[in-house]
Amino acid sequence: MRQGTARGIPHGTARGTVRGTVRATVRGARLYPAVAAGGFRRYATYGTATAAGVFTNTVFGFVLAYTYVALWDERPGLGGYDQAQALTFVWVSQSLLAAGALIGGGFQEEMQERIRTGDIAVDLYRPADLQMWWLAADLGRAGFQLLGRGVVPLLAGALAFQLALPADPLRWLLFLVSVVLALLVSFGVRYLLGLAAFWLMDGAGINLVAVVVTVFFSGMLLPLTVFPGGFGEFVRVLPWSAMIQVPLDVLMGVHSGAGGAVRALAFQSVWALVLLGAGRLLQSAATRKVVVQGG
Amino acid sequence: MGGDALIELEGVEKVFDVRRRTGLMRREKRQVRAVDGISFEVARGEVVGYIGPNGAGKSTTIKMLTGILTPSGGRLRVAGIDPARERMRLAHRIGVVFGQRTTLWWDLPLKDSYGLMRRMYRIPRARFEENLERCVDRLDLAELLDVPVRQLSLGQRMRGDIAAALLHDPDVLYLDEPTIGLDVVSKAKVRAFLRQLNAELGTTVLLTTHDLQDIEQLCERVMVIDQGRLMYDGALAGLHSMGEGGGERTLVVDLERELPEISVEGARVVKVDGPRQWLAFPAGASAAPLVAEVAARYPLLDLSVREPDIEDVIARMYERGQG
Ligand SMILES: Nc1ncnc2c1ncn2[C@@H]1O[C@H](COP(=O)(O)OP(=O)(O)O)[C@@H](O)[C@H]1O
Ligand SMILES: [Mg+2]
Repeated sequence: MRQGTARGIPHGTARGTVRGTVRATVRGARLYPAVAAGGFRRYATYGTATAAGVFTNTVFGFVLAYTYVALWDERPGLGGYDQAQALTFVWVSQSLLAAGALIGGGFQEEMQERIRTGDIAVDLYRPADLQMWWLAADLGRAGFQLLGRGVVPLLAGALAFQLALPADPLRWLLFLVSVVLALLVSFGVRYLLGLAAFWLMDGAGINLVAVVVTVFFSGMLLPLTVFPGGFGEFVRVLPWSAMIQVPLDVLMGVHSGAGGAVRALAFQSVWALVLLGAGRLLQSAATRKVVVQGG
Repeated sequence: MGGDALIELEGVEKVFDVRRRTGLMRREKRQVRAVDGISFEVARGEVVGYIGPNGAGKSTTIKMLTGILTPSGGRLRVAGIDPARERMRLAHRIGVVFGQRTTLWWDLPLKDSYGLMRRMYRIPRARFEENLERCVDRLDLAELLDVPVRQLSLGQRMRGDIAAALLHDPDVLYLDEPTIGLDVVSKAKVRAFLRQLNAELGTTVLLTTHDLQDIEQLCERVMVIDQGRLMYDGALAGLHSMGEGGGERTLVVDLERELPEISVEGARVVKVDGPRQWLAFPAGASAAPLVAEVAARYPLLDLSVREPDIEDVIARMYERGQG
C-alpha cells in the first residue's frame, strides 16, 4: 500500500523549479512594489522619530559646516573643493545619511534579530525571495527618509550658507540616479551584514565596525578627496565611496564632462551588482544552513 | 487509505549536530535525534492533533512538512510534493501558523499584510475578497483591520495570523501551538473557526498543542510523540484509557479560611496553600457530586476544575508502558 502511493508521487524536477522561478519573477512585478510602498508607509507612521531625526541632522550639519568653514579658511581648495562645495558636501550628505541608513536604522538590525530569534523561518516558507523582499522594503524606507529627513536639512543649509548647488536639471537627474545606486550599494553591504547573523552569535560587534568604516570611508565626515596619495586612491575605489562621495561629485559636476558622470554611475553600478550578487550567494549558503541545521 | 493521503511520512528522521564549547579551544560535537524514524499518513480532510512534551520533536516535524528543514532520513510528501526540494511550489498548497512567530507586518495595519499576501500568493481578487470576508467575519477581525499589528493583543494577533495563512486556499493548515498564551475567548474563537473551516472547506489540519481542550474539541485523531518517536496514533478516547488510573482532574477550592484537609468521598487532597486546597479525582468521574458535597459541608468561596494536561496523561502513559 505504501509503495503504491510512493510510485504515484512525482519527484521535484529541475524543470519544475525553473518554471517556478520564472513564475516567481512575474509575480514579483506586483509584489515587490507593494512591499516597497509598505516600507515607505511604515516609516511615515513614526512622526516624532522623523522630526527628531531632522533636528539631529540639522544640528550635526551646522556643527560640521562651521568646522569645514574653519578648515577651508585655513586650507582653501582642500580636496579640490572651494568652500561652497565643501559646505554642499556637508549638507547633502546630512540629507542622504538617513536614506542610506549609513549609521544604522535600516533593516539590518531587524533582520539580524529575526535570524537570532528564528523568526526568519517564517520568511523562508513564503513564496517570496528574501533579498528582493528586504531590498524592496528598504528602498521604500529610503524613499521616505529621503523626503522626510533629507529635504529640511538641505533647505536649512542652503538658507544659512552659500552652497554650490547646480541649476541644471540634468545634473539633478544624474544625481538622483546616483542616489538610487548609492542606496543599492548601501543595501548590498548591509544585506551581507544582516546575513552574517546566521553565523555570528551577535550582530552588534560587526554593526559597530560597519558604522565606523562607513563614517570614514563614505566621505560623510570628510570628502575622500582630502585623503592623500595611495591611501586616498584606495578609499576612493571602495564601495563606501559610492554611498556619499560619488553622488556628491555627480551633483557638483566635479567629474569633467558627460563621460565623467557616466563613469561615476558605472562605478556605482558595478559595486551594486557585485554586492547584490555576493548577497545572493551568501543567502543561498545561509538558506542551506537553515534548512539543514535549523538555523 | 492509500491514494488519499495528503501527508505521508515514512521513517522520517532529523538529526541535529550540536557543537558545544567545553573549554577554551575544545569543542564537543553531539547529535540530537529530534525526530527519530516517524511514519504516518494524514488523509485529506482530517484534523489531527500532534502532541508531546517539550522538545519531543513536534516543531521539527512541522518545519520538515513546510520544507524549511530537510529530513536527515526517510521519505516525506505533502500533496505529492517533496517539501525540501520544492519549498516555493509547496508554499502555495499549505498554510502555516507558528504560535510564537508572526507573518504579519509589525508596524502596518493588519489589512496591509493581507494585501501583501494577495500579491505574494497571486490570489485572484474575487477569491481573495471572499476568503478575507469569511475570515474577518468568523475570526472577528473587522475592527482590527486598520490597527497596526504591534498594537494587537496576542489573541488578536493570532487570529490575524490564522486568517493570513488561509487566504490562498491551502489544502492543509499546520498550526504549531496556536493557542499558547491565548485568553479563553480567543481560544474558543480559534477552535470554533478551525472546526468550521474543516467542515465547510475540508481543509486538512495538523496542530500541535499543550492544551487538551484543543484536542478534545477539534481532533478525532491524536498522535503522541516523545523523544522523536511516535508513541500513539489513534482516537483521543484510546489515549485517555491508556492514561487511565492516573488520569486525574483537579478541583481547586477556595475556602473562607484556613481549614484542615477536606475529606470527601472520591477525591483526595493533593495540596494545601492557606485557604486554598487542591483535590484530585478520577478524570472519568463527574465533578458535580463532588462540588455539591464540598459546598454543603465547607464554607466555600470559589472553585474551579482543572483538566489533566497532556504532559500528565502522557507521563502516565509512559509509566504504564514501562511498568
Ligand atoms: N536547530 C536546532 N539545532 C539543534 N537542536 C535542535 C534544533 N531545533 C530543535 N532542536 C532540538 O530538537 C529537539 C526537538 O525540538 P522541537 O521539535 O522544537 O520540539 P517540540 O516542538 O516538540 O517542543 C529538542 O531537543 C531541541 O532542542
Ligand atoms: Mg515546539
